[in-house]
Amino acid sequence: MRKLIDPAQVKTTDNQSNSAGGVGHSTKHESARKHISGSAQYIDDMPVLPNMLYVATGYSCHAHAIVKSVDLSAVKQAIGVVDVITHTDIPGHNDVGPVYGGDPLLAEHKVEYIGQPIFAVAATSLHAAKKAVKLAKIEYQILPAQLTVEEALSAESFVLPTHTMQIGDSEAALTNAQHKLNGQIYVKGQEHFYLEGQISQAWPTEDGGIHVITSTQHPSEIQKLIAEILSIPLHLVVSEVRRMGGAFGGKESQAAALACMAALFANRLNRPIRYKMPRQDDMIQTGKRHDFDNKWQAGFDDSGLLQGVNFELSAKCGYSPDLSEGIVDRAMFHADNAYYLGNAVIKGHRCKTHTVSNTAFRGFGGPQGMMAIETLMDDIACYLGKDPLDVRKTNLYQADRTTTHYGQEVEQQVLPELIEQLETSSNYRIRREQITAFNATNPYVKKGLALTPVKFGISFTVKHLNQAGALLQIYTDGTMLINHGGTEMGQGLYTKIQQVVASAFGVTVNRVNVSSTRTDKVPNTSPTAASSGTDLNGMAAQNACDIIKSSLIEFAIEHYSTQGLTLTNNDICFENDLVLIGQQTIPFGEFIKLAYMNRVPLFAAGHYKTPKIYYDRETAKGQPFLYYANGAAVSEVSVDTLTGEYKVEQVDILHDVGQSLNPALDIGQIEGGFVQGMGWLTTEDLSWDDSGKLISNSPANYKIPTAFDVPEKLKVDLYQQHNTEVTIHSSKAVGEPPLMLAISVWAALRDACASTTSHKFIPRLDTPATPERIFWALKECQDYLHTGTSRVQGSEKEQVN
Amino acid sequence: MYFTLNNESANTDDIAPDTSLLDYLREKQNLTGTKEGCASGDCGACTVLVGTEVQGVIQYKAVNSCIYPVKSLSNQYVVTVEKLQEVTQCGSDLTSVQQEMLECHGSQCGFCTPGFVMSLTALELEKNTISTPNDQPIREQVLDAISGNLCRCTGYRPIVEAGCNALKKDNQTFKIVQPPSKKAQNSALNEYVTASTNLASFFARPITEQDLQAWLLLYPQAQLIAGGTDLMLAVTQQYQTMPQLIDLTHIDSLQTINETDSYFEIGAAVSYQQLEKFAKQHAPVLYQQLLHRLGSRQIRNRGTIGGNICNASPIGDMPPYLLALNAEIEIINNQGDSRRMPITEFYLDYKKTQLQRGDYLAKVYISKAALAQPIEIFKLSKRYEDDISSVLGIFTLTQDKSLQIAFGGMAAIPKRAAETEAFLAKHSWISGSDIEHKIIDQACEILAKEFSPMTDVRASSDYRMAASQNLLRKACLAFSQPSAQLGVFHHA
Repeated sequence: MRKLIDPAQVKTTDNQSNSAGGVGHSTKHESARKHISGSAQYIDDMPVLPNMLYVATGYSCHAHAIVKSVDLSAVKQAIGVVDVITHTDIPGHNDVGPVYGGDPLLAEHKVEYIGQPIFAVAATSLHAAKKAVKLAKIEYQILPAQLTVEEALSAESFVLPTHTMQIGDSEAALTNAQHKLNGQIYVKGQEHFYLEGQISQAWPTEDGGIHVITSTQHPSEIQKLIAEILSIPLHLVVSEVRRMGGAFGGKESQAAALACMAALFANRLNRPIRYKMPRQDDMIQTGKRHDFDNKWQAGFDDSGLLQGVNFELSAKCGYSPDLSEGIVDRAMFHADNAYYLGNAVIKGHRCKTHTVSNTAFRGFGGPQGMMAIETLMDDIACYLGKDPLDVRKTNLYQADRTTTHYGQEVEQQVLPELIEQLETSSNYRIRREQITAFNATNPYVKKGLALTPVKFGISFTVKHLNQAGALLQIYTDGTMLINHGGTEMGQGLYTKIQQVVASAFGVTVNRVNVSSTRTDKVPNTSPTAASSGTDLNGMAAQNACDIIKSSLIEFAIEHYSTQGLTLTNNDICFENDLVLIGQQTIPFGEFIKLAYMNRVPLFAAGHYKTPKIYYDRETAKGQPFLYYANGAAVSEVSVDTLTGEYKVEQVDILHDVGQSLNPALDIGQIEGGFVQGMGWLTTEDLSWDDSGKLISNSPANYKIPTAFDVPEKLKVDLYQQHNTEVTIHSSKAVGEPPLMLAISVWAALRDACASTTSHKFIPRLDTPATPERIFWALKECQDYLHTGTSRVQGSEKEQVN
Repeated sequence: MYFTLNNESANTDDIAPDTSLLDYLREKQNLTGTKEGCASGDCGACTVLVGTEVQGVIQYKAVNSCIYPVKSLSNQYVVTVEKLQEVTQCGSDLTSVQQEMLECHGSQCGFCTPGFVMSLTALELEKNTISTPNDQPIREQVLDAISGNLCRCTGYRPIVEAGCNALKKDNQTFKIVQPPSKKAQNSALNEYVTASTNLASFFARPITEQDLQAWLLLYPQAQLIAGGTDLMLAVTQQYQTMPQLIDLTHIDSLQTINETDSYFEIGAAVSYQQLEKFAKQHAPVLYQQLLHRLGSRQIRNRGTIGGNICNASPIGDMPPYLLALNAEIEIINNQGDSRRMPITEFYLDYKKTQLQRGDYLAKVYISKAALAQPIEIFKLSKRYEDDISSVLGIFTLTQDKSLQIAFGGMAAIPKRAAETEAFLAKHSWISGSDIEHKIIDQACEILAKEFSPMTDVRASSDYRMAASQNLLRKACLAFSQPSAQLGVFHHA
């Protein structure tokens, strides 16, 4: 039943030419050949249209100010400049914010972050546009800027109201607990660093509408926002996405400004417009993962079992709401990670800062929420002198401890067994002993080890987004075209949909083409986000297949009955590119031709809506998730105690993807997610100066992992177990959950630091854990050894002192 | 000016001097397989091959086309990803690198993929054209080849696997064959027949130092460019114009390393890639601890030692090394007058050096005796590969057992720790196989008085100070206890 697949096996099981390549196969990414030959077309690669212009924006150099005057005369005179606009040139609604709005396309009288666009230029080249914007003369009246979570909290300045989730009686539980700890961790955000920067290209249509090709996860929202900006109906706007060069949440809401700006100029000038953000503008002007300042008080017994806990999660939202409601909610939903809280109060604050508005990023707040309780697990272990793994195992959802703080039951208890299996396969206990021995004899290099789990809720927490559509068309040569509401950003969604359709008709995947996601083919789409792409669109595609198949089966029964055959539904099968009709077989293409000649409809629209889910924000209870995806990772690190430098030596991962639709693609998501999470927690250090200016504004000073940072010993296994909820071929979502496996790296680094005190003390380790932060954490350990006052940050003893 | 682009002759006469190869490829040639990810040489999505004819064989190197001035390519051979299909043999339409990238699922979003394919192809070609086999383990060779390529999707494992598999294949599966290009004269003034002091815009490619001096006499204000790995960012990031450029990469005498009885003379336009080869033989610690992680493969293929010295950045990595070794430099002016000085006298203040208008740096002299000294090199940065140092510490023990110490990232200029050195020269800090902790603690206090580093995006001043003190301790430990396990990065 349960089967492990490792990457080495994946390659050999794949043979597209001999097999159908359908569901369960490691079919290659539908664009892989195009990727490796440079022929996959991204927006900036499209042929230049006649008269096309290029856009750049002039933006605020103050974090918070009134715009007193804007003199653009020199900009207008600059070589190559064709048009210059400010907010007064917007015919419709000047707002590109999702959900709550609050994000003007061009600032009106006030600017609220360094980088906020004030005016825009269309010129004959990007260089000309960029040179021209430097010529603007803008006068500001500078206002005091609020730049940190701490400042926002003390001013009680929030972009949206604080939300609270609660279960049991945490006050009483804390009062009665045998042991108490409190603590804090500051978790910094993350720059998406998709390799293809934000870009859109728009051109006017003959009806006064707009066709836009955009690098976005949310084409329907772009369609809506362009319609609003231009004050035209939705049916005049077509929004199209073929592929993105990476997105990771950064193109869910953040692509809108580019698409709307391009559309605005296209509409004004009746010319095609391309708006590509150079890397530095992209880093300055678009939102990132939220910083979180997490605080807690926890009570537990001698075994480390939590009795009660209070969490206060405060997110740095930036100047506007953007998607922060859902992001902080998801952080709160994941403040338990994999552990039963019993009695808990969880508060989530959405802090307003005069910085770029933070946005979706793989995990959508979940990772930041988990960091609090994973810190707490290690703190408890240190306090009680236990191995952190034992404390984690003690606290897992299991047996009758299954109710989450938002009222959902954890029905599939995957983790206890998954962790047991990983603990054995990774030799956790033996390595723990070896590392203890190594550390005892090495004064300058210390090793650390940690096993951390992930339990991640799957579904949008906004209920209406949990639906999808697909349009399947079969042509008379037996080839098929499928369009759906999901977008391809590299995750392999198009490939999985291709496999779903191919398997439904028993044909090779090559017979199925997946083409651009377009709002005029499948309308009212949800963003490709929340790991939901395959779950939603796969089911919608399956539904479309079922509709056509039932027409075909009905036709076959009727058609062959005239030849004297008596057939039922079960006598008609689709496999190996053939249609089996009783004892007869007919090639799929022939059969389709026959069906067409007999006037059978060969196209259908499918739809899917996720069952069971709901969440009542008033009571903060419900079942926001259809199911949970699970995983666990063991990481081992070495730390140079003289400098704080470190190396990740070995990583073992076991991850639950349900029944895998495509093991190679799933392993790709797991490895890629893990390394991205590792970057977030180690080397990727977002930094602003005291004026609110982003100083980590280029890949020269914002360092995502390179190949060297990934350990040679990286083992990824799939924990293949059918999803007991009804999902597409019993699979599970895989986009976001693996990112949080990287918490094990951070925990191992902290473990290595704590080893310098023989685990009598564990230092606070904010993230990213750069060599510098490790260095200071080690210093804190030294101070402990010299003074011996505190045991764990925020312990009772320290409070008493 | 002509160069060969995918086997065809390409002309750049009507192109602005500061145009990058990437813009030329994408905008003028519609070769859009080469991508722009950052336009600053940090991501590698724009990687292409540039070949130079060496004794009848074209040797290819991977470079960042986004910061490569296209006009520097005279008589060179450029290969982009679009060409790979056409050069395969064995009936496949994919090269072995491409085939393995496909088999290993090495692409997800695909945007970085052409760059990785080209970097791995360069490694493949090097295996096929270089007569001396590379004795590094295959995985290390692959990591080195892709050190300047960022991927945000895959986590790299499948790409590394693809690179290793391709490299393990015995026979070369393809060869790039190019027709001889139309030879353009890489010339000095005669390229501009009307050369006078009023050319507003030019890209000069002198081939001798005399030509260079002639250009500098006419245009002392012109910008010298070698690898362009830093200079070109003024164009691609700041949108500045550089109308007058004099290219140093076609002058042989600036690109050679000569050996005398007591010195190595290193031409100022010698690339890091050349230096790596030199260091593997004559300065293995320099190679292992610094050069192999300085910049990326693509940057090292272009960046030069002279560029690093004259850029005068306080965070350049070569100057502290040269300072610690008491290297000397030779500066020549546009009259041909030469002056030689210890590099310790070269740096005056932040970005201020002894260079006068019309001067160029010609050579760097490193004594063999200095190279033979025990040396410890510690580079601290957030990321191991391709990251600018937050602190670079160089420690070398002279024959009379005095410690010479230089730091990068600790002051407005790369700087020797003169007072700390003087203190340690007077006090015995080593006793048998151990160090005198008290003496070294005192030395650290002097170090703290001698330097007041700043806080910036890379590190805080406190960390820079504390870490530099620990680097001194680490160096002393390493000198006294060669077998102690220090540090977490280990190299063959």
